[in-house]
Amino acid sequence: MNRNMPKDVANKDQALDRRDERIRHDDGLPGALRSFVNRVRSGDLGMLPVAVGLIVISIVFSILNPVFLAPNNLVNLLFDCATVGILSLGIVCVLLLGEIDLSVGSMSGLSSAIIGVLWVNSGLPVVIAIFAALVTGALIGALYALMYNRLGMPSFVATLAGLLALLGLQLYILGPTGSINLPYASPLVRFGQILVMPDWISHGLALMPGLVMVMVGFAVRKRRRSANLSTQPLTILLGKAAALTVSLEFAVYYLNLGRGVPWMFGLLVALVIVLNYALTKTQWGRSIFAVGGNREAARRSGINVRRIYLSAFMLCSTLAALGGILSASRLASSSQQAGTGDVNLNAIAAAVIGGTSLFGGRGSAYSALLGIIVIQAISNGLTLLNLNSSLRYMITGAVLAIAVIVDSLARRSRLSHGRA
Amino acid sequence: MVQEHRANPEKGNPILRLTGISKNFGAVSALTDIDLEVQSGEVVALVGDNGAGKSTLIKILAGVHQPSSGRIEFCGQPVSLDSPSRALELGIATVFQDLALCENLDVVANLFLGHELSPWNLDEVAMEVRAWTLLKELAARIPSVREPVASLSGGQRQTVAIARSLLLDPKIIMLDEPTAALGVAQTAEVLNLIERVRDRGLGVIIISHNMEDVRAVADRIVVLRLGRNNGVFRPDASNQELVASITGATENSVSRRLDRRTGHNGLNGSAT
Repeated sequence: MNRNMPKDVANKDQALDRRDERIRHDDGLPGALRSFVNRVRSGDLGMLPVAVGLIVISIVFSILNPVFLAPNNLVNLLFDCATVGILSLGIVCVLLLGEIDLSVGSMSGLSSAIIGVLWVNSGLPVVIAIFAALVTGALIGALYALMYNRLGMPSFVATLAGLLALLGLQLYILGPTGSINLPYASPLVRFGQILVMPDWISHGLALMPGLVMVMVGFAVRKRRRSANLSTQPLTILLGKAAALTVSLEFAVYYLNLGRGVPWMFGLLVALVIVLNYALTKTQWGRSIFAVGGNREAARRSGINVRRIYLSAFMLCSTLAALGGILSASRLASSSQQAGTGDVNLNAIAAAVIGGTSLFGGRGSAYSALLGIIVIQAISNGLTLLNLNSSLRYMITGAVLAIAVIVDSLARRSRLSHGRA
Repeated sequence: MVQEHRANPEKGNPILRLTGISKNFGAVSALTDIDLEVQSGEVVALVGDNGAGKSTLIKILAGVHQPSSGRIEFCGQPVSLDSPSRALELGIATVFQDLALCENLDVVANLFLGHELSPWNLDEVAMEVRAWTLLKELAARIPSVREPVASLSGGQRQTVAIARSLLLDPKIIMLDEPTAALGVAQTAEVLNLIERVRDRGLGVIIISHNMEDVRAVADRIVVLRLGRNNGVFRPDASNQELVASITGATENSVSRRLDRRTGHNGLNGSAT
């Protein structure tokens, strides 16, 4: 807008939100860069840890084993991302409230067991088995919310109890054999193991984000301008969209050199986009952030806090159940090991690494997607090096610890810079 | 709505009338037989010692507590305030002592919290425009409505809290200790704000322990003592009268302290 106008002349003609002379407005490309540096310095790290993490991981692992960056290995990586990524997406919802669900791993194990028992052992249609698993997830989440809302039980304890109880239930319904194989030729298993998008679909989908960004960007610019508010410079909008499109198209091109983009990963991305919309553009999402930031303030402004907790816990457990179904299809079996080991921690670590704060009120749906790529890249790289699971556990534990330390330090810095 | 506020209720019309309000918490009667009337375009100060029942009364009006007995009339109609949202609907807005803002959200999000425009596809542009209009009407100096509230000063936060209470176009606004945590300049700004709100024809109830502030803006001063009405004063009442009414005795710790300091010479100095 009036960005070239000297400060003392610019007042009445200036955009409604640009009239206060105390604020420095970072316009144009240099301005955008400067505000980015300022944000990072004040502890608003955004996607930075993920970007740095991915670069370091790629360099280290491809030096140790060149197969790491091979297209087909990356396709495998994306298949693996989808299962835990969906758990992580649920974790984001409860972390935003400042709560936690430690039982997502067990919940996913239980749901994979339900699939095996209902579908293979009892011979019910697979759709009914999936439905039953999802409903179980929703009910478990509702139970956690009930314990939290009505009995004042900290979610940490309620879900820790759930971790053990659900694991027990999983072992109980699997029975003495302990493992059920799913039919290889079934669509569910093919979805989890081989189905990839045709080239033209994946390339077409990769164009979408950039296009939507430009279209929404232009619509917002028009509305803001007619309301006499400042607008984002056109160069930044177009530049961002172009950069996004080029990198997505390149990624798709590279993956298509191998087997292609897994449909299952596409499902994860679709869920991330839906949740992102819900969190940023709806009243429900705004309420989630408000409750996570200041529960009492949210209650007094008329938000039904209990219902918000209920929705978040139910969503988390339902997504965990969905993740369990996908992991069953990925492994073509429902076993006693499903959902145990590092699944829980990976799901939580992914959300935190991606930038969702453990302290509530800060984060985004994208953090689950980006975080899980980092986590799975580490796990995949370590597997390629033939390290045994003892080392893998230690390294994953260390990565989680580092992520939480970064989160705490960034939070402290934000507090001292007045950015909550 | 704020930009096009309704035809102001004629100044001097009673908005709120309480008769015989009592509230018991078990064996404790926090309020006994309270009468209170607030008219449009009037600032009523509610003063009293700790435990006098001011906050309980505010909470009853905000719909947080329900009275044990008594009658509440709002704009001439008897009403029951059974939940915070019911009070808000009627047009009774409250600015609580702890400001109840979400520090992680920006000013716009805080102003519209719980009342966002188009809940399934938030209308950020319309909300931002209305936020600016509202803040300008209050002559508030908020540098940017897109910064998180954490970056605002105490006075600016108080402004946001008051602006938020005005968003739903209330008829009466209650402020619990609005200046307690503020500096000299910010206090003056909040007092100006209260006057502007009054000039728009709203009724204002303000709770404060600061007699100077009370005297500066109030049209009437209602004293509560031990849960009962203990006198109504004009703002030109002397400190001595007020303090005596608040503490319930002409011989009280404030007057004794004043006596000590002035060497038993008269009691007309400024005690606060």
